[in-house]
Amino acid sequence: MIRRAGIFLAALILFSLIAPWLAPYDAGRKFDDFLHAPPMPPHLDGLAPVVHPLVLADRLEQRFEADRSRTVRLPWVQHDDATPVFLLGADDFGRDVLSRLLFGARTSIGLSLVATLGAVLIGALAGAWAGYRGGWIDEAIMRVADFVLVLPVIYVVLVLRAVLPLVLPASTVFVLVAWIFIVVGWPFVAKGVRAIVAVERGREYVQAAQSLGASPLRILVVHLIPACAGHLLVQATLLLPAFILAEATLSFIGLGFPDPVASWGTMLAGAGNYNAVARFPWTLAPAVAIFAIVLLTNLLASQQTPIRD
Amino acid sequence: MGRYLLTRLAFALVLVFVVSSAALLLTRLAPGDFATMQGVDLSVEQREQLRERLGLNRSFAAQYLSWASHAIRFDFGQSMLYSRPVGGLVKERALNTAVLAIMALLFATAIGIPLGIYSGTRSGIGRSLIRVLSVIGVSVPPLIGSLALVFLAARTGWFPVGGMTSAAGIDLTWSQWIADLARHVPLPALALAIPMAAALERLQSEAIESASRERFVAASRARGVDRARSILRHAWPVSLRPVLGLYGVMIGTLFSGSFVVEVVTSWPGLGRLMFDALKARDLFLVAGCAATGALFLAAGTLIADLLLACTDPRVRAGERA
Repeated sequence: MIRRAGIFLAALILFSLIAPWLAPYDAGRKFDDFLHAPPMPPHLDGLAPVVHPLVLADRLEQRFEADRSRTVRLPWVQHDDATPVFLLGADDFGRDVLSRLLFGARTSIGLSLVATLGAVLIGALAGAWAGYRGGWIDEAIMRVADFVLVLPVIYVVLVLRAVLPLVLPASTVFVLVAWIFIVVGWPFVAKGVRAIVAVERGREYVQAAQSLGASPLRILVVHLIPACAGHLLVQATLLLPAFILAEATLSFIGLGFPDPVASWGTMLAGAGNYNAVARFPWTLAPAVAIFAIVLLTNLLASQQTPIRD
Repeated sequence: MGRYLLTRLAFALVLVFVVSSAALLLTRLAPGDFATMQGVDLSVEQREQLRERLGLNRSFAAQYLSWASHAIRFDFGQSMLYSRPVGGLVKERALNTAVLAIMALLFATAIGIPLGIYSGTRSGIGRSLIRVLSVIGVSVPPLIGSLALVFLAARTGWFPVGGMTSAAGIDLTWSQWIADLARHVPLPALALAIPMAAALERLQSEAIESASRERFVAASRARGVDRARSILRHAWPVSLRPVLGLYGVMIGTLFSGSFVVEVVTSWPGLGRLMFDALKARDLFLVAGCAATGALFLAAGTLIADLLLACTDPRVRAGERA
């Protein structure tokens, strides 16, 4: 589980970093003649994958027909603006869903990774400090953690976000939302770390470090927190999809990133009304991406318990 | 037992008090107040008049004290957004959320528990199929589930989409209204129930599998009790303990999930009300929603704990000793 979790996290980081380079178009690029264009399934012409270009059949109904007499190469190979290729369709502004999905991966996964890192860091420090010092510090930190844990996460996120200015530039949203996620995420990490540290601090290697004159900070950072590495990695793997989902929810209700920014939540916000869902289901592509990440995490987590068949 | 209930009651009161006060404080500290959120069609003087009328120009301490002194007499103030007493408004919407949550719990139980018993006691293709489905089910959070179901409903017309009743629901008779509600409730309730049903199935399956290995189950079989009866009457009650424990954990999930589902399917519940109140900086409505939410939360965890105590003789014996 621990090794797989590490590989999973590393793969996600790598993916979110390189995803924008894989995008055929810029995330904000609007093709005015192709609002709500449907996905164009590629097929093989000889060895080269090609698609039939779309022709607007009815502008009012946003109905398109594939021109079967012509073929165009995939968007990574051809750059003819008259025949853009939307492998996953286009959204309500005529933007390529695939490109936005890939750029959105950077925003959504990036934000969640930063928040996860922060929550793990703060949770580890707070939990380790509580477990190491004991007494009223332990009591105080753990009471606060318990209080946060009792509350339904999404409401805490909602209230904290809603009491901040509602309209903010994207970079400010990124920082603020990351902090909000850290506030709701750290107790999950801290509880486990505290339990581990409370046991570990009595071990010989900690006494040895103490008798050699190591400062409490050094003992915590060099000796005790590394002892929790497995727990930290597992928690990070669990927090990440939760944060991705929280970003999607926030942006869906209009409290996340402002619209032109491509994130999985803002994409869903545009796709989430009944009319759009029924007629243009390809705009729900980010929902599939989120489902895939949650599914992968659950498969990882289920490896933890040995299968008894 | 009485002492235990008193402690829990005190905890519930503290939770309601702290959560509603914190919500009021945070909303008050937020930039902008109800008057500035009313858009640009108010002049500066009109805004000042509005603030004067709603008491927004008072200091926070004065505002808070007057709210708190009324709140302990069950007067939760006036909603600025709806110009109605907060108490009635919140009660109405909380009832809607309760309908949704209870239906979701019923669905989750009705789907998850029987499937769990089946997959925990049988082998073969059915068991593998249920396993795969429940791993997928756990991975469908309410946001994704409700979008998928709205898509399904819009394409097939199996369920009406959006809202709690049809638009024409005003002049329906009582029985027609119930029938209408029964058509609107499955979609949001199912979206909420899917991950819970899958989690219940997994846990029930594991619990009954280990319970069937107990020796008293083998003994009941040896006495000639047939297989179905020995599973349902002997193994299942023992396996219920961890399963009932999960209900306590699921209450938080139910809350978070119902907010999302309410937003996606336009269900007029408490979560949406609180969201609208927050955006409009409707102080007392935010506090009222938060208080009701906290009350639900405390009540839910208490019921879950009592349920656990009722079914496990060991817990009850511990209480008496």
